[in-house]
Amino acid sequence: MQRQIAIEMRNITKSFGDKKANENVNLQVYAGEVHALLGENGAGKTTLMNMLSGIYTPDEGEIYINGEKVVFHSPADSIKLGIGMIHQHFKLIDVMTAKENVIIGQKTSFFTKGKALSQEIKTLSDKYGLDIDPDKKVYEMSVGEKQTLEIIKVLYRGAKILILDEPTAVLTPQEIQKLFKVINNMKAQGCAIVIITHKLNEVMEISDRVTVLRKGQSVETVITKESSIPSLIESMVGKKMNLAITREKVQKGLPILKLDGVTVKNADGKEMLSNASFDLSRYEILGVAGVANSGQKELCEVIAGLVKADKGRIYFEDENIVGKTPRDIIKLGIRMGFIPEDRLGMGLVGGMDIVHNIVLKDYQNQPGILLRRGPCIEKAKKIVDALDILTPSINTPVKKLSGGNIQKVLLGREIDSAPKVLITAYPVRGLDIGASHKIYDLLNEQKKAGVGVLFVGEDLDVLMELCDRIMVLCHGEITGIVDPEKVTKEDIGLLMTGQKIGEEAAV
Amino acid sequence: MEGFLAACVVAGVPLLFATVGALITEKVGNSNLGVEGMMLMGAVMAYVTAMATKNPFLTVVVAAVAGAAGALIYAILTITFKSNQIVTGLTLTIFGTGFAKFVGQPFLGKAVPSEVTNFFVKKSIPVLGDIPFLGPVFFRQDVYVYLSYIVVIVAAIYMYKTRWGTNLKAVGENTAAADASGINITLYKYVHVLIGGALSGLGGAYLSIVRIPLWQEDVVNGRGWIAVALVIFVAWNPIKAFFGSILFGGLSIAGMRLQVLGVGISQYLFDMIPYIATILIVILSTHKKRKESQPPADLSNNYFREER
Amino acid sequence: MNIRVTKRADMPKKQEYIVRIIAVLLSIVFAGLILLAFGLNPIKIFVTIIKGSIGSKIRLQQTVIRCIPLLITSLGIMVAFKMKFWNIGAEGQITMGALGATWVALHLPETLPAPVMLGAMMLAAVLCGGFWAFIPAIFKAKMGTNETIFTLMMNYIAIKFVTYLQYGPWMDPNAGGFPRIAKFPQNAVLPSLFGANIGWVFGLIFVVLVFFFMNYTKKGYEIAVIGESVETARYAGMNIGRIIIVATFISGGLCGIVGMIQASAIEKTLTSTIAAGYGFTAIIPAWLSRLNAVSNLFICIAFAMLIQGGNYLQVSIGVSSAVASIVQGVILFFVLGSEFFLQYKVSFGNKSGHSKEVA
Repeated sequence: MQRQIAIEMRNITKSFGDKKANENVNLQVYAGEVHALLGENGAGKTTLMNMLSGIYTPDEGEIYINGEKVVFHSPADSIKLGIGMIHQHFKLIDVMTAKENVIIGQKTSFFTKGKALSQEIKTLSDKYGLDIDPDKKVYEMSVGEKQTLEIIKVLYRGAKILILDEPTAVLTPQEIQKLFKVINNMKAQGCAIVIITHKLNEVMEISDRVTVLRKGQSVETVITKESSIPSLIESMVGKKMNLAITREKVQKGLPILKLDGVTVKNADGKEMLSNASFDLSRYEILGVAGVANSGQKELCEVIAGLVKADKGRIYFEDENIVGKTPRDIIKLGIRMGFIPEDRLGMGLVGGMDIVHNIVLKDYQNQPGILLRRGPCIEKAKKIVDALDILTPSINTPVKKLSGGNIQKVLLGREIDSAPKVLITAYPVRGLDIGASHKIYDLLNEQKKAGVGVLFVGEDLDVLMELCDRIMVLCHGEITGIVDPEKVTKEDIGLLMTGQKIGEEAAV
Repeated sequence: MEGFLAACVVAGVPLLFATVGALITEKVGNSNLGVEGMMLMGAVMAYVTAMATKNPFLTVVVAAVAGAAGALIYAILTITFKSNQIVTGLTLTIFGTGFAKFVGQPFLGKAVPSEVTNFFVKKSIPVLGDIPFLGPVFFRQDVYVYLSYIVVIVAAIYMYKTRWGTNLKAVGENTAAADASGINITLYKYVHVLIGGALSGLGGAYLSIVRIPLWQEDVVNGRGWIAVALVIFVAWNPIKAFFGSILFGGLSIAGMRLQVLGVGISQYLFDMIPYIATILIVILSTHKKRKESQPPADLSNNYFREER
Repeated sequence: MNIRVTKRADMPKKQEYIVRIIAVLLSIVFAGLILLAFGLNPIKIFVTIIKGSIGSKIRLQQTVIRCIPLLITSLGIMVAFKMKFWNIGAEGQITMGALGATWVALHLPETLPAPVMLGAMMLAAVLCGGFWAFIPAIFKAKMGTNETIFTLMMNYIAIKFVTYLQYGPWMDPNAGGFPRIAKFPQNAVLPSLFGANIGWVFGLIFVVLVFFFMNYTKKGYEIAVIGESVETARYAGMNIGRIIIVATFISGGLCGIVGMIQASAIEKTLTSTIAAGYGFTAIIPAWLSRLNAVSNLFICIAFAMLIQGGNYLQVSIGVSSAVASIVQGVILFFVLGSEFFLQYKVSFGNKSGHSKEVA
């Protein structure tokens, strides 16, 4: 059967500065198929799709939509041709309602008509089995709702070509199943769907065909059914690789960090972390799972002394550190490392070089009023060597480095202070497989050295493999602490949405 | 009392134009500290036009064009060349001040021709002007004041009831999202920054043409800056801007009034009140919790689509 | 044919200077065109400006005298700007500094040795100028209040307050009803060195001190970190509120010294217009120097030449000194615009995608 080609991208090349993000990439997607775009972080998947949605302009190459050659000058051009993209970081206006978000940029009537629009949105969402309140403000929505809104927005524009960038990253296993149903529904209506992902089991489950990108180049396109996970890994990474993460078996030590009924409220008085009690022992990695914004950030920051606890106590060894600032904590000689979620926005100073980023943790212990760089230059050299950080020099601003190397600078600095507790929030986000595994190895090394590691993660597979125990957060509450060897991903998914699972899994 | 309130309305008119202009500019994500400069450019060009042509219509049109011309410099630099908005706005004020001083110098102290001033004498609006209290306060004014009412109403309808208004707000709140939704960012930014400049120009011209119809170098005297602060006070809402301007207009003339009434406090101390009040507003607005009263989230951030 | 803009990788230093020089040259050409439009002869204007600024010993001294407030103010502004604390209240801080110095000058005995008197005046100026910057800073530090408008409004309050003093409690009873404040006694007037008041020596010292402070002290480092990311500063356990307050106090204190110099050496009294717009103008060199104290010195000299030259225009050929502010504005517009070319690459390409880089 001759199938209609919805998207064809030929020999696409795109550079940013000196860096080639895409090089001679080819992609063909049929109407009525789900096409997975598979590749590691940094392989150029999002860049390629941003060119299809008119956000980036290719340096070279051609794009054909339904057989017609097109040149996009803006996202508007792409929308006109029925292309809709759901970005990994949602592109929604927080202070606006769902329906306002749907109509922005649309060429409808001059005056806004509220009621008619709500009705239209209802009809549309019913058709695809979606559920949304048209008058709800985006800032009041959960991650899942935001994604639904993004889908409705795209459908409202009558998109026949849908691009979903890592849509499952923020969802629970149950929500993922729901999303896949919607995707299949759209496929049945004849839409062409591109789903960007680096998760192999999802590729196998949802896609008809898969195109693999590696280091900005398209490696191959295969029919999913005729392929296998190991062969996809090989073309994704470029070599045969075992993606399993080892969980180092060591004897669990004594508790080093203990939280007792810790509650954190945000500026509006809303409880972001409620009555959290747990302990972290030496020689263990404690995973933290939960949908985005379930209190992970507050948990990390309250331990590090960055936000105040409104209630409860935090014991480091036997010292209650509630109410202590990071400065106090440093002065008490408490050695704690913290890898925050936002590396360049919080952990590092993007515009400064490696040396001055090392200074950040050290300078307060220096005597006098002058800044002494000398010892930090030595340290910077040591860290660059030890962690194989790729950088032109130790005097290069860290924001110029790649994501993996930035993370290594941060981790290197934190490990260098020989911490007893290491708090890490999404430490492998945005890193390619090699870099991620390097980070897992480093965390395992720390664990073997007796450090208590708190690992906030988003990929349940990784959490299940790496951690000794997994603590699940939902709306700021700890809904369970489980042994990954005794539970399934679906169980954790239930806990993530606040539901209970059987007693036997709890530890 | 009615007389005083009517005077407050008049004193508030330049603030009202400039505030509505500045809030539209900020809603599209640009903070333009050049308001003072654009007001001066509008004031001086309107004045020169009035002297040269004696045509009140042309005077008003030139005021708007001059303000927009100032805004155009700012727009090219911040939107196309992505320069720092704060510094660019300040430079525009320095430039506008020098420009007005230079252009106006030959005319220092000369009065606006009567053909123009006569056009802007107070005229009561039939029916409305006869409403008790409201009539004398609001509807026995000059046409320039009525123009400011129209500007407020049009701005409010535009911002809250039209598709363009929704798009405008989207650009200022999240430029990348607005862009991905198919809004022409550059066009929206240019248009609204220019509208903002035109309104500033109109506000400045009211001072040199109607309020005190002769040329003096310090006509604007910091009102542009008060307008920038008023934007925060009125939470980016043109209707609230209407009342905020009257309040601040009132504060600015209260000192002189009290002096006349024989209150034994120096006029110069009273002159500080609007500035102190502005500071209080800025402090109080820090504490506003409603999301809708916050500055546009992408305010002052220049946008480059291919940013990674 | 379409225009494409892309981010560029780092530009070599040499190319960076070329872009900047081109921008300044273009701005001069463009300023010339504006002058032409006003019916003035640009060549004559520019020549007169140069002659007026360095054409004779006296004019050169005048240029130096004008450079002093500009230089010290921009150094002060720089400290706050480095922290992204937009202090546009230098005008008020200068005025308050002058006020503090004046109070001391008029209240301490005339018999006091000059160095003691001047030292006390300077201390008062630092405290008053610093205090004027401290008020918005404390609100910024404790509540996150927007400092731009706050510092700006403080200018007007300071000026109105001095006006009040001038017309009220501080009015010189010996001035025959003329609203002015008494002249300083001789021991409160700054001495001169090489024909210009000794403020220029202070200016040079401050260049070195500010440069050293920003680059070699912990506090300078903390200020730079806060300027880059407040969250990172919080993460590193910095006492952000205190750093903001200290930095703005230094910023306002330097501006206060300017007030003292102007009151003591130039006016020999306090007037409401003592700051004379230097507080605003100084923002330009501070920014153009990319907050580097040493480059700032040279830019301030150039701007002082423009200002002095502008005044000379007025007296020599009767053209308004406002021309100088227009030229200043135009130069800054061009330099601001040129920053774009340091970060972005513009290319004109045809449809087939082949593009040619032009800048």
